Amino acid sequence: MNVSQVTMLHEYLERSTARHPDKTALIFKKRRLSWAEIHEQAGRVASALRELGVRRGDRVVLYLDNSVELAIGLFGVLAADAIFVIVNAQTKTDKLAYMLNDCRARVVISDKLLERFYAPALEQARHLEHALIVDAGAGAAPVAHVKVHDHATTLAAADQAWRAPRNIPTDLSAIIYTSGSTGDPKGVMLTHHNMVSAAESITTYLRNQADDIVVDVLPLSFDYGLYQWLMVNQFGGTLVLEQSFNYPAAVIKVIQEENVTGLPVVPTIASILRQYEEKGLRLPGIRYVTNTAAALSIPHIETLKRLVPNARIYSMYGLTECKRVCYLPPERIHDKPSSVGRPMPNMEVFVCGPDGEKLGPDVEGELVVRGPHVMRGYWEKPEITAQWLKPSPDIPNEMWLWTGDRFKQDEEGFLYFVGRKDDIIKTRGEKVAPKEVENVLYALPGVQDAAVVGQTDAVLGQAIRAFLVLVEGTSYTARQVIEHCAARLEPFMVPKYVTFVSSIPKTPSGKITKKNIWDHSVGARVGGDEL
Amino acid sequence: MSHSEIQVREQVRNMILTNFLRGADASSLKDDVSLERSHVVDSVKMLELILFVEETFGFSVDNDEAVPENFDTVDNIVAYVVRKL
Repeated sequence: MNVSQVTMLHEYLERSTARHPDKTALIFKKRRLSWAEIHEQAGRVASALRELGVRRGDRVVLYLDNSVELAIGLFGVLAADAIFVIVNAQTKTDKLAYMLNDCRARVVISDKLLERFYAPALEQARHLEHALIVDAGAGAAPVAHVKVHDHATTLAAADQAWRAPRNIPTDLSAIIYTSGSTGDPKGVMLTHHNMVSAAESITTYLRNQADDIVVDVLPLSFDYGLYQWLMVNQFGGTLVLEQSFNYPAAVIKVIQEENVTGLPVVPTIASILRQYEEKGLRLPGIRYVTNTAAALSIPHIETLKRLVPNARIYSMYGLTECKRVCYLPPERIHDKPSSVGRPMPNMEVFVCGPDGEKLGPDVEGELVVRGPHVMRGYWEKPEITAQWLKPSPDIPNEMWLWTGDRFKQDEEGFLYFVGRKDDIIKTRGEKVAPKEVENVLYALPGVQDAAVVGQTDAVLGQAIRAFLVLVEGTSYTARQVIEHCAARLEPFMVPKYVTFVSSIPKTPSGKITKKNIWDHSVGARVGGDEL
Repeated sequence: MSHSEIQVREQVRNMILTNFLRGADASSLKDDVSLERSHVVDSVKMLELILFVEETFGFSVDNDEAVPENFDTVDNIVAYVVRKL
């Protein structure tokens, strides 16, 4: 096995550029950029950020869809010794403002097309000084106290040379926001060492090689989407970046034209691909498919076998707090289809009881993770961090990550996801705190009680259902409620089902309890989606 | 029933303004701007848009035709619908 010399995330870009400067690194909507071009542009971003006053350890928010500017921008941030924070471009104003303030971002990079969302957020962002906006045009007016600069003009005037970064591997490279049970998002702090360790482990078990061409339809704001690009930098391959999977036929065409070899999916994408497989689509050039978020159903696995006849199929599990935990070796997908496999290289897991005791085979407990990829904690949330990162009972000064996911292991040590310890919903591979959705529901006039729960869904893993009690004289359709949510939440957080009920079960102290909500609602349903 | 390009444009714009932009001012929807990049549509709304085109103009949209060249801007949708009618 090769021992990697790389300890800093941006060194992957430097190494790949040194090895093959003219090779195509990134393809996005017919644009092709070589490693040398990516390197040069990242240098310009870093210089521009420094000019704008970004100092070591500052946070730079990238509020962008998948794009060349995003892929390059994050390396520019790292080259400036700063920390990148990618915010999903589907995030609405209030949440964006919360994140800008929470991480005290100094600069935001965004796109003029998102102005209707970011402009009101910028006004509220107390620590923000500059916005670097794609297609802002020359002489763009400031938004309140935030100076607006045109992205292309600013970069063109900036120095392309990299200044030697001063950061070391234990410095933070990224903050990734994830849904928090209080309703406020929490920022997962990841160091260069965390991210390099995860990238090394994953590319090892995927057996990536420099001639791999990976298609990425997942948002880079999602760690699974982000790592596709980081890993391509690690092994010096090529990334075919797509904005989304909204146009499956267009993506399939690109996969064929660009001779893609790596196809990362989530179950929703696998479901859509199934329709094409049934019409006879075959993708023989694909060497591997990865799936995470929820286990693939057996029909999906059978479909993939026909669709990608030469591919290894990896079923995986992870969480933002440590990126990835385990993967099922492809040769075991038939005898253990519902398992998410065994720990990836360089890490260890235990299924534990409440006091940290390690449980034997077939006993359900909480999954606990240790390894170099485990986060440093949640940004400026020490109390919440202490609930999830707890001292190891065996090793002094080592912190173990308690995942909140209930698991069991079989005799061979293969892991099976059972469910969540708390009420966090896992849908489309993302975590959703019911509280965050409920807060939005309570903003709808006439909502007396709201309870949001997850229900098993073959495609989404879990689907979101909202139970609502309306005050007398108020009436909404399920669709109106969904539209209200869609205007305020990212699409994956929007309830799929809305059921109106006459009451929601409560504890004697008047607190909503979701334990018997399904049974209770059979008799209490007064409208909306059926149970 | 035949639809002129002007009628098609009006119907498509109305549908998007009413359903996806919550009755926003007509000037906020530019016919040559990407609906995806400006986050007017997402994957669910894209399916609604395709369904709307099928129901309103009476033809079925093949999977292979659900591509940005036909659906990513109002202009593209209008050109596609007119071509199909």
